Amino acid sequence: MSAPPAAQTSRAPGAAFILKKALISALVALVLFSLMIGVRTEAGPEGHLIYWTRFGDLAAMVATVFGGSIVIELLRQWWGPVGTIRVVPPAVQGTLSLAGRLIAPVLLVFTFLVPVIFYNERYILDLGILVLTYVMLGWGLNVVVGLAGLLDLGYVAFYAVGAYSYALLATNFGLSFWICLPLAGILAAFWGVLLGFPVLRLRGDYLAIVTLAFGEIIRLILLNWQSLTGGPNGVTGIPRPTLFGIPLSAGDDGLAAILGIEYSPTHRIVFLFYIILALALLTNWVTIRLRRLPIGRAWEALREDEVACRALGINTTTTKLTAFATGAMFGGFAGAFFATRQGFISPESFTFHESALVLAIVVLGGMGSQLGVALAALAMIGGFELFRGLDQYRMLVFGMAMVLLMIWRPRGLIGHRAPTVFLKHNQAISSDLVKEGHG
Amino acid sequence: MDYFAQQLINGLVLGSIYGLIAIGYTMVYGIVGMINFAHGDIFMIGGFIALITFLILVSFGLTAIPLILLIVLLVSMAITALYGWTVERIAYRPLRHSFRLAPMLSAIGMSFVLTNFSQVAQGARVKPVPPIVTGGYTLHEGAGGFAVQLSNIQIIVVITTIVLLALFTWLVSSTRLGRDMRACEQDQTMASLLGVDVDRTISMTFVIGAALAAVAGMMYLLYYGLVDFFMGFVAGIKAFTAAVLGGIGSLPGAMLGGLLIGLIETLWSAYFSVEYKDVAAFSILIVVLIFLPTGLLGRPEVEKV
Repeated sequence: MSAPPAAQTSRAPGAAFILKKALISALVALVLFSLMIGVRTEAGPEGHLIYWTRFGDLAAMVATVFGGSIVIELLRQWWGPVGTIRVVPPAVQGTLSLAGRLIAPVLLVFTFLVPVIFYNERYILDLGILVLTYVMLGWGLNVVVGLAGLLDLGYVAFYAVGAYSYALLATNFGLSFWICLPLAGILAAFWGVLLGFPVLRLRGDYLAIVTLAFGEIIRLILLNWQSLTGGPNGVTGIPRPTLFGIPLSAGDDGLAAILGIEYSPTHRIVFLFYIILALALLTNWVTIRLRRLPIGRAWEALREDEVACRALGINTTTTKLTAFATGAMFGGFAGAFFATRQGFISPESFTFHESALVLAIVVLGGMGSQLGVALAALAMIGGFELFRGLDQYRMLVFGMAMVLLMIWRPRGLIGHRAPTVFLKHNQAISSDLVKEGHG
Repeated sequence: MDYFAQQLINGLVLGSIYGLIAIGYTMVYGIVGMINFAHGDIFMIGGFIALITFLILVSFGLTAIPLILLIVLLVSMAITALYGWTVERIAYRPLRHSFRLAPMLSAIGMSFVLTNFSQVAQGARVKPVPPIVTGGYTLHEGAGGFAVQLSNIQIIVVITTIVLLALFTWLVSSTRLGRDMRACEQDQTMASLLGVDVDRTISMTFVIGAALAAVAGMMYLLYYGLVDFFMGFVAGIKAFTAAVLGGIGSLPGAMLGGLLIGLIETLWSAYFSVEYKDVAAFSILIVVLIFLPTGLLGRPEVEKV
């Protein structure tokens, strides 16, 4: 799909060329949609299938594709050939780098203030909790995918292990959230190691499929082990978290009564908001600290080149296992939080779709950039919520957005990989220049 | 024994369907080196197109079953192949030389698009069809009243698979296109230097893979008598598991893996529990990969520094 030679000498696009391309696109669309949109099937009153035609919709779709491809072609000619390096004026560059340095603290302060600003906006608080959950999941998976370079398509398994650990321990043994939280993390980490062992020898895409299979195995077991997990009905009545043993309820022993203020259900939401914020910040802090330890350096080395790693005497077995365990542990924490927030969990919440979403957040965030992951989570989940009104078209739009974002920024929103070790001064390397390891 | 023989037949038929899908995965992986996550959904689209074509033909008063089957096969192969081509063109070609994870995520996105496209276009409910091909043979009448059955549809599935596999092996081993494909698999830069149109070859790979998936979709429709918009996901994962089990990149491996997965699934359902059949298939995959990290027939990967 290169621009025609004429476009390089003059700005006038070859109208015939554009028209020809649009016609071809429309023709392809006509064939593609002829049966899928032009004919609609449904089970009739007697149980067997009937069909009716929708040529109007078909014509509209083909016309949309025709118009759309003209617009895209015009935009492409206006934008110039792909790969053109755009010179950014120094003033703009300065502002951009200032913004880049300021955005993280500003975002953090803003997040802290969200419950204060939007105290009466229940919807925004809930959305904030959801976004923070995905930020935490993204940061957790970032350890495995972004730092260690191990492609994990079954991250949701650890999320599920954490959620079910808390739900089952709390409903069966009456343990509190704060005792179960570390237990959920430990159990998830244990499962991470368990998954890690068989996949130690695998590379790249084999690893991807095994982790995917592992995620499905966990989900299927949760779905079918009725006596323990309740099967498709899930676990209900999961207790809410308490503040040092004080429940946030309307009763006499509740926090509101003790503090002598009027009870409001928003208190609990705000409390949950700060719990997940603390958990997410813990994940971030641990990751940043770990990156400075030998193990973190070993992860990054493993991502860049496994063979060189082994030649330098790094134990790749323990390196991979710790990466899996650390990532899984944070997934487990997030899962326990998810269970206590929802009060109800079922295997339906832990499908491959979740894994794909978290992986998309990590890759879109730029693989290894903490800020990028947070921004990507905000963009993905926020965008997803924005299209809630579209109902059944929402997933369609989401899928398209994922494809387009990948084409637009294959290396993520923040495609810079700052080295953690440097000789004299910290020099940001554009990750376009960094060769990918095949972990 | 009779029961076992019956399960063996069922397993082989199911395995043939998986094998047909797995070929698409393994071919694309061999040439482009990416997991085409949307391939399972291409299979689903193939099933839908077969269903719609069938309905239209029947409503036009066509009654000759072989003729109907032939037309349905050709139409669904042609249109689904175009889907494969379009997906490659839109989602993968711009990312050809991008970093490793980008095309994979783009593929996952494309899979969401296709799944939800058919949900929006054709509704979420399962589409049942009455049995199209009926009849069969009783191979062996057991003492306990259990008879080993071989239905006509099972024969059709297996024969179609064998014919397509033979055709396909011939295509890869002795045609110009097959030679181009093998060349691209080895070294794309070198192939393009020697006059192979790499883009076209990769497009053709997707087209052929999609056409085979369409056949699998049609066979699924005939065999199970239903399609729904979500069937591509599970079938896709199983077929990919089959491809990995057999050694990804290897064509006989894909077929072997498909048959194995089909057999494991059927036998496990027959003797243990239906609920855990997928768990069994995935567990076997993990166990095999522990001992043979490149699958059953895969070539061991040589590490180059």
